Amino acid sequence: MAFEWIQIPYALLTLFIVVNYGFILNALIAKIGARVGRRHGIPIWQNYLDLIKNYSIRSSITHGVMFYLGPVFRLSGGVGLLLFVPTIYSSVMFSNLSFAGDLILALYFVFFGTLGMALGAGESGHPFAAIGVSRGLAQVTASELPFALAVFSVALQYQTLSVTDIVAAQQGSYLNWTLFTNPIAVAAAMLSFLGAMMRPPFDVVLAPQEIPIGPPTEYHSSYLALMQTNRAIFPIAKMVVYMNLFFGGAISWPIFFLKIFLIYMVSVLVGVVFPRFHVEHSIRWFLVWAVPLGIIAIMVV
Amino acid sequence: MKEELQKRIVKGPGGVDIEVEPLRDYYCEAPPTVMPAAYSKIVEDLFNWARSESIWILGFGTGCGAIEMRPLMTPRFDAYRYGIQWRPTPRQANLFVISGYLSVKTLKRAIRSYEQMQNPKYVVGLGSCTINGGMYWDSYNTIKRLDDYLPVDLYITGCMPRPEALLQGFMDLKKLIRAGNAEGANQYAENFKWYKDNQKKVIKDWDMPDYSW
Repeated sequence: MAFEWIQIPYALLTLFIVVNYGFILNALIAKIGARVGRRHGIPIWQNYLDLIKNYSIRSSITHGVMFYLGPVFRLSGGVGLLLFVPTIYSSVMFSNLSFAGDLILALYFVFFGTLGMALGAGESGHPFAAIGVSRGLAQVTASELPFALAVFSVALQYQTLSVTDIVAAQQGSYLNWTLFTNPIAVAAAMLSFLGAMMRPPFDVVLAPQEIPIGPPTEYHSSYLALMQTNRAIFPIAKMVVYMNLFFGGAISWPIFFLKIFLIYMVSVLVGVVFPRFHVEHSIRWFLVWAVPLGIIAIMVV
Repeated sequence: MKEELQKRIVKGPGGVDIEVEPLRDYYCEAPPTVMPAAYSKIVEDLFNWARSESIWILGFGTGCGAIEMRPLMTPRFDAYRYGIQWRPTPRQANLFVISGYLSVKTLKRAIRSYEQMQNPKYVVGLGSCTINGGMYWDSYNTIKRLDDYLPVDLYITGCMPRPEALLQGFMDLKKLIRAGNAEGANQYAENFKWYKDNQKKVIKDWDMPDYSW
C-alpha cells in the first residue's frame, strides 16, 4: 500500500481506541482475577486514576540517559508493533502502516521493548532490577522461540510475509482460520503466548515479594506512567498479531474487541489456576513442550 | 561509621591513586526542597482527586500492627475496591503506614524508605505506639512520638486497631488529600533541620547520607 498522509491521523485514531480499550480491559481482567479469589477487585476506571496520579507526582529523579530512554523504548515497542500491522482487515482507516514484509518487523518489535527496558533498568543500578532483567530476557527468549517457529510455519503455509495477505487468506469461513488449517502452529504459538503476557505461571520476572517488582524497581512518577500506558498497548498489539495470524483477523471493531478479549482470557484462565514457575522451570517448559510443536508445525507445512 | 563509607584511597589500574569518598561520590547530598503545587487550581484539584483515589501503600511492616494490614488484601475486607494497593518499592509508593511500635533500628530504615518516596507522600501512624509509645512508653529501644521524626498526616488509634478502623482511616486520609491538606513532604522539606536533629538524637550510629534521594 502506498503511503498517504491521511494514514497518520487514522493511525493515531487506532492508537487512541486501543489505549482506552487496553486500560479498561486490563482493569476488567484484574477484576476477573479478583473474583476468582472472591474479592470485589479494583474499580473499572482505576487504571486511569493511577495514570493521572503518576503524572501528577511532583518530584522525579533520574539515573542517567538510558534511564529516561528505557520507558520510551518500551512504549515505542508497543506503539510500533500496533501501527505496523493492520488492526481491522479490509478497512482503509485501520490498516495503519502495514506493508508487504510487516510480519518480520512485527517479530522485531515484540522484542524491542524488552531490550529497551533492559538497558534502562540496568542503568538504574538496582540489583533487583538487574535480576529481574536477566530473568525477563531469558524467559522472553525461550518463549519467543516457539512463536517465531509458528510464524515461519504460517508464512510458509501462505507463502507470504504480509500480515494483510495472511488475513485475506483466512476469510470466508471460520474453517479457513489458521487455527483449523494449521493447528499445530497455533498450539505452539498459544503456549508461547502464555509466556509473553506477564501473567502466572510466567510472572516471576516481576515477583513483587521476592525481588521488589524487578525491572521497574527504580521507576516512578512519569516514567512509570509511560510504562503503564505501554502495559495497556503492548498486550493488545501482541494479541492483534495473534488474531491476524491465527484467528482470522477482525473485520470490525466489535469483532476486534471480542476476539482480543477471548484471546486474553486464555492466559487469564491459565493464570488463575496455576502457581508461579521459576525461570529455569519456565525455560525448560517452553523448550520441552512448545519448541517441538513449533518444529513439527514447520515440518508438516 | 561503617568502614565501607569512610574516605579512602584506592589503587586504580596503572598504579593511579584514586580518592574515594563514598558519602559524597555515591549519594546526592542536596537537601529536599519544597515542591509547589500545580499552577492552576483546577489542575491541582484534579491531581488531588486522582491521588486520593489511587493510594499506593509501601509494603513495609515496622511493628506488630503490620498484621492488621494483611487482612485488607483478603476477600473479607478487600481494600483494592477503594483504589488502595500495595507497592513493593518506595519509589512507586506514596503512603507509608508506620504499623505499630518503631524501634530505633527500624526507624533508620523507615527514614531511608520515606525519603526515597516521591513528593507528595503521606505517613499514617497505626496504633497507640506511634502516638505516645503505647505499651512501650518506657522502653529503652523504641521511639515515643512518631511525629518528631517523620511528618504524620493521620493517626489510627487502638492497640491494635481492627482492619475496619484502618479502612476508615484511609477514607479520612482520602478526604485530607482531596482537600489539599496532606502536604507532609513539603513540611518535611521546610523543617528539614528540625527533623534531622531529632532523628540524630536517637540514632547514635548515623552512617548514611542526610537525605536519601
